[in-house]
Amino acid sequence: MNTLKFITSGNVDDGKSTLIGRLLYDSDSIHTDQLGVLKKQTKVEGVDIDLSLITDGLRAEREQGITIDVAYKYFSTKKRKFIIADAPGHEQYTRNMITGASTVDLIILLIDARTGITTQTKRHSNIASLMGIKNAIVAVNKIDLVNYSEDRYNEIINEFQSLLPNLNFTTINYLPISAFIGDNVVSKSDKTPWYQGPPILELLENAEINEPIDQPLRFQVQYVIRPKEDTLHDYRGFAGRILSGTISVNDAVIVGPQKISTTVIKIEQNRVEVNTATVGDNVILHIADDVDLSRGDHFSKVEDVQPLETKEVNAMISWFDDNPILLNKTYLVQHQHKTVRAKIAEIGRKWDINNWTFEETTDIKLNDIAQIKLRLNNALFIDNFEENASNGKAILIDENTYNTVGALLFKNEN
Amino acid sequence: MSKDYLDQLEDEAIYILRETAAQFERPVLLFSGGKDSIVLIYLALKAFRPGRFPFPLMHVDTGHNFPEAIAFRDYLVDQVGEKLIVASVEDAMQKYNLKETPGRFPSRNALQTYALLDAIEKNEFDACIGGARRDEEKARAKERIFSVRDDFGQWDPKLQRPELWNILNGKIHKGQNVRVFPISNWTELDVWNYIKKHNIELPNLYFSHERECIEFNDKLVATSAFIQPKEGEKVIKAQVRYRTVGDMTCTAAVPSTSSTLDEIIEDIIYTKISERGQTRLDDQVSEAAMEDRKKQGYF
Repeated sequence: MNTLKFITSGNVDDGKSTLIGRLLYDSDSIHTDQLGVLKKQTKVEGVDIDLSLITDGLRAEREQGITIDVAYKYFSTKKRKFIIADAPGHEQYTRNMITGASTVDLIILLIDARTGITTQTKRHSNIASLMGIKNAIVAVNKIDLVNYSEDRYNEIINEFQSLLPNLNFTTINYLPISAFIGDNVVSKSDKTPWYQGPPILELLENAEINEPIDQPLRFQVQYVIRPKEDTLHDYRGFAGRILSGTISVNDAVIVGPQKISTTVIKIEQNRVEVNTATVGDNVILHIADDVDLSRGDHFSKVEDVQPLETKEVNAMISWFDDNPILLNKTYLVQHQHKTVRAKIAEIGRKWDINNWTFEETTDIKLNDIAQIKLRLNNALFIDNFEENASNGKAILIDENTYNTVGALLFKNEN
Repeated sequence: MSKDYLDQLEDEAIYILRETAAQFERPVLLFSGGKDSIVLIYLALKAFRPGRFPFPLMHVDTGHNFPEAIAFRDYLVDQVGEKLIVASVEDAMQKYNLKETPGRFPSRNALQTYALLDAIEKNEFDACIGGARRDEEKARAKERIFSVRDDFGQWDPKLQRPELWNILNGKIHKGQNVRVFPISNWTELDVWNYIKKHNIELPNLYFSHERECIEFNDKLVATSAFIQPKEGEKVIKAQVRYRTVGDMTCTAAVPSTSSTLDEIIEDIIYTKISERGQTRLDDQVSEAAMEDRKKQGYF
């Protein structure tokens, strides 16, 4: 049994909260005492429990009737553990959607059968694609409100498919649902005999998420373990999580900013020695030579394609701060465990997230996504996000407030 | 081929613990004696051995603990050989002239905040690692892995930093501190399955045993130095276990004959009521109770 993390896009109006509520409710993930509270809160005439309230966490949000933040919800079936990132869909919360999208493997794009493809559908598809989500489920919701019409469904799907040339999804499933009634959510509906596929829960249970294979090793020292005890005087381990690829004992590696060649002589994982470790594993690496490495220093394998060493970075930035980005101001770039100082050297074009077009701009404001060039005080060892997402991303931190003000996706010309 | 979900959760937690050790000067691991913080200690062993923990453990002691929980705390601390700090809620109550909630089942839950904030200030802790999980409660569902608090310990849900991918921003100003939640993405069932998978030792309170209880609002409350039966009130000998280990004054026991991890896991799968709803006598006052307490600096 493994985990699937997914995000549902859409607004309250599209039935997003109702769908999440339905998945949690029908998979018995809501406890009876929580149901009691929900029953009390339900204000909809003739409805016992308003399922959309399940995801509505904070009082501030209930007062305004919108989801402001990203909330995480959990449910399991016999086949899989699921983590839902529930993010708001409105354009003024693009930063929250980017945040939610950064942690997931799959997106459910909800489309209201009555309104069809909207600007929002395009925006959510574009953002998901930008953030490297490869799997999508396109769910035409409220199919009951168009009398379970196959024609209407096909019309919407055809229109969605016309957007595909811009998108980078590798797997897309389509289906009609009614989150409110439960059609094709947990079990197949007899109201849509023209739909041959499985219900949405089954699609989620069976969605295959493949870690990219054959990636070069990318590893950064997260924390140096150097016990003070006399018995472990010579112990010096470089702890960290493998960003991509694999590493084995006896591998020839290049380490640190001085790019020193050495050999891996021991790998520890979960308090035992192992011969090989792979992407996602927390390891402690030991090397043959006495090299002074610290947090943020990288490891690569001699045999692999090397990361790009650069003090000048081109990137797409998603801007999160209420204040606009400032040219020549110093920010901090946190690339996994390595933090360097950076100046915004150039502002490029702004990405129209609704239409996948670019336009000239001179400023970058809250929720904007744009191309920028950064100049760094120290070199980073990076990859382009599209080639190696794990080593191709960073966050931008305001040096003064320490707030996370932007997400960076590296995109350098080779 | 992808990993088992328990290994994925473990990987994430170890990563967060190491990130905390690397980014902060003076972290501390809050240890309650409950199953979630016992799991945290097990994870810390995996993250830092053969080195020592780069942080002490701290127990915020309400003075209303189960003796079994305190005994287990001391046993475990001794086993791992790490440093334990005890922050006393009773000291804070005297110092600040605080009163526990009135009534028969007095709660010092909210008062823990005073002892915690005092200890943070005295020891200059800049990061407190805790075992809170997002599935516990609605207000927790939006909690960050690194949650920044001001020097009043306050949490402002509207002003949280965005958390992208697994890149954690622990930069703070003097006076601020960060609450760190390595097992954010675990559910109650995940915790039990993990305990079973790694055969992690727990206080016997969690397993079925016989205990003298009184019945109150359909909940079983153990009699103790703090809770005495009223005149004419029936004391029953019941087979119970604890689903959460909080204060003796406000934690209800669950009738159960489950004495093995397998049986407990079975129980939890078929239980239709939440952990907090079933066991906390003090959490149901208002549906936003947790949100309010967190804003005031509660864990």
